[in-house]
Amino acid sequence: MTTRFTVCREDWSLHRKGRLDQQRHREKVRQAIRDNLADIISEEQIIVSDENRLVKIPVRSIREFRFRFDGHKQKRVGHDDRGVAVGDVVAGERPPLLRGKSAGREPGVDYYEAEVSIEELSELLFEELDLPDLREKTESQLVSEGVEFRDVRRHGVTGNLDRRRTIMEAFRRNALRGRPGFHGVSPEDLRYRTWVPVHRPESAALVLAMMDTSGSMGPFEKHIARSFFFWMVRFLRSKYDNVEIVFLAHHTEARETTQEEFFSRGESGGTRCSSVYRLALDIVRERYPPEHHNIYAFHFSDGDNLTSDNDLCVALAEKLVKVSNLVGYGEIEGPYYYTSTLRATFRRITDPRFVSLVIRDKDEVYKALRTFFRSSARG
Amino acid sequence: MSDLAQLERDVEEILAVARWYGLDHFEMRFEICPPEMLYSFGAYGMPSRFAHWSFGKAFQRIKMEHDHQLSRIYEMVINTDPCYAFLLRNNTRVQNRLVAAHVLAHSDFFKHNIHFAGTPRNMLETMAASARRIRDYERVYGREQVEGFLDAVLAIQEHVDPHGYRFAVRERGPGGPEPAAGAGVQAPLLPDKDLLGFILRHGRGLADWQRDVIAIVRDEALYFWPQFATKICNEGWATYWHLKIMRSLDLNEAETIEFARMHAELIQPARTHVNPYLLGLRVFMDIEQRFGEEAVFEVRTACDDVSFLRSYLTAELVQELGLYVFRRIGYEWRVGERDWRAVRDTLIQNLFNCGHPYIMVENGDFHRQGELYLKHYYEGVELDVPYLEKTLPLVHRLWGRPVHLETVLDDKAVVFSFYGGKVSKRFL
Repeated sequence: MTTRFTVCREDWSLHRKGRLDQQRHREKVRQAIRDNLADIISEEQIIVSDENRLVKIPVRSIREFRFRFDGHKQKRVGHDDRGVAVGDVVAGERPPLLRGKSAGREPGVDYYEAEVSIEELSELLFEELDLPDLREKTESQLVSEGVEFRDVRRHGVTGNLDRRRTIMEAFRRNALRGRPGFHGVSPEDLRYRTWVPVHRPESAALVLAMMDTSGSMGPFEKHIARSFFFWMVRFLRSKYDNVEIVFLAHHTEARETTQEEFFSRGESGGTRCSSVYRLALDIVRERYPPEHHNIYAFHFSDGDNLTSDNDLCVALAEKLVKVSNLVGYGEIEGPYYYTSTLRATFRRITDPRFVSLVIRDKDEVYKALRTFFRSSARG
Repeated sequence: MSDLAQLERDVEEILAVARWYGLDHFEMRFEICPPEMLYSFGAYGMPSRFAHWSFGKAFQRIKMEHDHQLSRIYEMVINTDPCYAFLLRNNTRVQNRLVAAHVLAHSDFFKHNIHFAGTPRNMLETMAASARRIRDYERVYGREQVEGFLDAVLAIQEHVDPHGYRFAVRERGPGGPEPAAGAGVQAPLLPDKDLLGFILRHGRGLADWQRDVIAIVRDEALYFWPQFATKICNEGWATYWHLKIMRSLDLNEAETIEFARMHAELIQPARTHVNPYLLGLRVFMDIEQRFGEEAVFEVRTACDDVSFLRSYLTAELVQELGLYVFRRIGYEWRVGERDWRAVRDTLIQNLFNCGHPYIMVENGDFHRQGELYLKHYYEGVELDVPYLEKTLPLVHRLWGRPVHLETVLDDKAVVFSFYGGKVSKRFL
């Protein structure tokens, strides 16, 4: 009996099925993320992560559902490679994190966590956001710089070599000398694409990020405010070249902080919200005259303000609204319930450029972002 | 000598050794391919299979594991005649020889194991043709439509009857006569394990292309079934033979070490699952020792994993391999039992029905309304309820009428029903 066989090496470079289906899978992951943005963007692990890290997000909707056994109730068999006794732990599982049933690495249980970068997440989120009511202010027309390739020259950077034109030049040279055809490139044929800087006029905007850091702001309240500002800062910096952000933290007194401080510090004490509005007005008057800037102010607090301060607060907030395009006030309703809140007091402000909302749950950060930053402007 | 010519000579030698030992394989087609192809064959189970995002998901996982060196695929072999074996492009000479010996034994297994007897050996072409039709359906009926339908069909792809009359339904597959409109679906006289086939035969309101898609998935599931049912004995067989064949070759010292290292890696024990290469190899070695070489060939012909372990896993082997049963206690998995019978029985229970819950169609005309009544034959392990609640609507999508699934929770019989909307639960 002779057995025949062949050995061969084919060109597989056109076999792209795996890649294509992988791409389709990724599309589905993106869609699932988009559908669950509200849940995802306020995840603790994202807010505390550094910018370039990948975050793991449990994605439900792209699991492959089937009738299967409850993996937790199944006995399994393993090999004893180092000597184990009855009762020994062979595998652990992380205890559930923030949200209910979190997927752990455990034997045989199908879990799926999509890995996305913050950048990718931002992209999905920011598709829906815009800085509202942006007007061009007359004098301080700031520009964003870009480059466009619009010119061809004889000198340039090798990376910008325009091969098509270079070869055309070679043909032309040979044709002029009566030797039509292509006989190599000589230095005089070289053509480079060259860029010119372009200036796109863009309006300047100032964002005042104001946060209550008083003792009554618990971990939940701070997390909400941080989540909002985290995305707001990323959003503004990614979309506009010329947005200035000023961070103001307050309890009974307000002060300007750096971005890091703003997100990491916690303080104690009572709350006098008027302080932060006063400081905001000062900063605007001294450094960002409203005739040159679009001003947006966002204030997050749990609303537990000193009652005696409420009137002053409204008066100052109204002043701020007058010089601003939009003032947003987000009140975070924690586990404690206050009967007299700042929000109730703020109802007196009738100017449509003042928007207030309540956040009761983590997933409402998304709602806040969409309410404040929506492309169709109000009033 | 070129690599290819070298490989050809090596394979020739290995074939001769294998023949001398009595292996009888299909004609072999060795193809050398880049790693990415191996990942994709691994993900799809077959190079020519239809496209679906779930394969893309598997592809990504395999590729990631490979890139991070968590696992390594050296080869892939498919059950066809001639038998195609794909070798990784950058394999060393020793790796290629080991892999060639390994896949020859797989090929011998495909050819002689009784559980593969009914599998069509031209599946490469069949699947390519199916993939083409599905692509056409996508063009005609829309990608989302076809993909969504496939999602539903794939959700129940394990529910076929590998021991039934396999390909009878196929003949009335695409374009086959639709059941008479309005007629109540006959309840099966006996419970029917072939859920896909049942829907294919009795499902109402399915378009021709949808019936074809069901038939395609069903055929492929039946084709793959014996591979899942013989994972341990098939890998054990291949490992048993690559060891024997490689030891018969004239390897120099460096090659011997490389081979030993690679083999050791392959049969490394794992704490949280059973390594099929290791377990299968040791059982075959034990059979050879106890019953002689003839017996080894008989076992290869007759067994699937369940009968393999039930008949040949001994107390001594369980002891030597250090097998144990573990289960979840609180947040951890702990060693439960070390008794060899408990180990054997747990293994068999987990392997039974290829590890899938045993579900039968009990009634296709439940409530005399043409509703589908399925029953899970409970054997001590409960179903994953969140998954069940997501799968039932998918079955409903195929059946087009209310669907029910009876199972057991907390030792009580319970029926999950889906009428559209939300899944409801009722204890019996």
